[in-house]
Amino acid sequence: MAWVTWRQHRLALAGVVALFGAAAAYLLVTGLPMHDAYAAVAGCRPAGSDLCNRVVNDFLRTYAPGVGVTFGLLQAIPALIGAFAGAPLLAREFETGTFRYAWTQGFGRARWTVAKLTPLAVGVTIASAAFSLLVSWYVQPIIDAGDNNGPLYPTLFDLSGVALAAWTLAAFAIGVFAGILVRRVVPAMFATIASWAALAFVTGAFLRAHYLAPVVTSNPNIPTGAWIINQGWFKGGNPAGLDTINQTLAPVDVRAITPNLFQPGPATPANVGDPVQYLIQHGLTQLTTYQPASRFWTFQWIEGGWLLALSLILIAATVWLVRRRAA
Amino acid sequence: MNAVETNGLGKRYGNSWALRECTLAIPAGHVAALVGPNGAGKTTLLNLVVGLAAPSAGIVTVLDGQTAGSAAALDGIAFVAQDAPLYKNLTASEMLHLTRNLNRHFDEGYAKARLRDLGIPLDRKAGRLSGGQQSQLALSLALARRPRLLVLDEPMAMLDPLARHDFMATVMAAIADDGLSVVLSSHVLTELERVADYLVLISHGSVQVAGVVDDLLARHRVLTGPAIEADTYAERLNLVHAQRGEAQAHMLVRIDARTGPVAPGWETHPVSLEELTLAYLREPDAAWLPGPGRAPRLEPTEVAN
Repeated sequence: MAWVTWRQHRLALAGVVALFGAAAAYLLVTGLPMHDAYAAVAGCRPAGSDLCNRVVNDFLRTYAPGVGVTFGLLQAIPALIGAFAGAPLLAREFETGTFRYAWTQGFGRARWTVAKLTPLAVGVTIASAAFSLLVSWYVQPIIDAGDNNGPLYPTLFDLSGVALAAWTLAAFAIGVFAGILVRRVVPAMFATIASWAALAFVTGAFLRAHYLAPVVTSNPNIPTGAWIINQGWFKGGNPAGLDTINQTLAPVDVRAITPNLFQPGPATPANVGDPVQYLIQHGLTQLTTYQPASRFWTFQWIEGGWLLALSLILIAATVWLVRRRAA
Repeated sequence: MNAVETNGLGKRYGNSWALRECTLAIPAGHVAALVGPNGAGKTTLLNLVVGLAAPSAGIVTVLDGQTAGSAAALDGIAFVAQDAPLYKNLTASEMLHLTRNLNRHFDEGYAKARLRDLGIPLDRKAGRLSGGQQSQLALSLALARRPRLLVLDEPMAMLDPLARHDFMATVMAAIADDGLSVVLSSHVLTELERVADYLVLISHGSVQVAGVVDDLLARHRVLTGPAIEADTYAERLNLVHAQRGEAQAHMLVRIDARTGPVAPGWETHPVSLEELTLAYLREPDAAWLPGPGRAPRLEPTEVAN
């Protein structure tokens, strides 16, 4: 049966390998120069001086945006794998009618389904796990340089640790499940991409922030690499809007364009210092809700865990539907 | 021993019944032909027999009491669906390999010999074979499984007349050698007449005729005579269907206790399977079903200890 799966789905497997291969090549080609550049940055002495801080900031300004764009593009990988490797698995059997052959052989339809799913599920999980190691290597200089977007930042989080493998497996399981429900290849592919994207969006935008109760602090100094979920100004327990902020800042002629962005005016005294500190000294509180970078692995296991459970449920549901499905 | 037994079998898709109240006992070791117009329910019945569909009502058992679709049933039944489904991007020899991997018994030597005799190249992708060759490949794979029951849905649709003849010859040889039972659906009545010994006629989701062919043909006759006398004569007979021309009428009748000698001016002919089938199809209310006194004596099914 392993030969069967290989022979029927070798294109899908090749596609998965090619996709990861191309992405890996890209990461290597852009990552090696970045690592070399960081070696120079890290060797700057004396560490912590203004000069070296500026060297670090120059490094981040040069490389961080590119890394961000790369990670944005790499988000598509699990969805593509789910759609191209998972969805056609069962959908094509219905579309071409070959299930009338496959399900009447002595092997039996449930065993046949499991025997087809398992090698591919294991294969995509391993491939994506290996790729996420490369992602962690790739992004290390940016993390070490202390970029504001730490390891919990959404587009980085789901490409590193165990999350990428979990998301890829989930996409595959969604694809296979869509295949048995929809029974046509192209619609199943679209359904897979749409549902995976919706799940990923809801997780990144809402769910992940609450795996553990976020830390809320009024200290304006947030630990490096923390994932800031919310940051706002409060006066006397009530949210303070831009008007209130500007009123408070009026005496020193600083204008708040946004609650985090301040513009000094012509009448700003030279020694006004940090507008944030000024506001705090004048009765406003800045409350920041964040998740510290130290929770990275805890969150990885939580997310990996429920995605794995979801994948197993979907695959079990698929096999159950195979048993029940009539011609 | 019955190859297929159904009792009150029915299948509903949504709100419409594709098959209703189907009660059959198809004996083993014979060729049973499933005949009927398009959309009558033949494919539905075959799907129920091979376990691709689950009954909405009634039961279906195969190979002497096995549940349709069970592991034992799958082992013993080889099925070729309409359009002979194959994996188009696998070569013929890969299809052999696949079928061997998916079944306990597979006579690869037999399959290869048969394909060689038919001139089907082993290294060509199944999608690149002609329609007839694809049919032959699918049939060869089914036969090579050495099944106890071979179920075929319109197997001869893609075959040329010579190929049809050869195919039926192969099937007959397998029946004689291995005790194979065959259930096949077809439109090609003339071919079936020579080989089918059990007939099931399905129309509009109901079984209209079910019986041993010899029995059927022996118990029906065509009476030909003057059209004006047709109606009065028909009252004394068990009429299935009458075809009236201007001068002559042909009446297909069942022979029973009431049938006396042929009236003067009338001639009697034996009926062909095709004529019989067409007559019943034209009379949806007429039926010939196994019942007390009319069914062939089937051997009692063995009860497993």
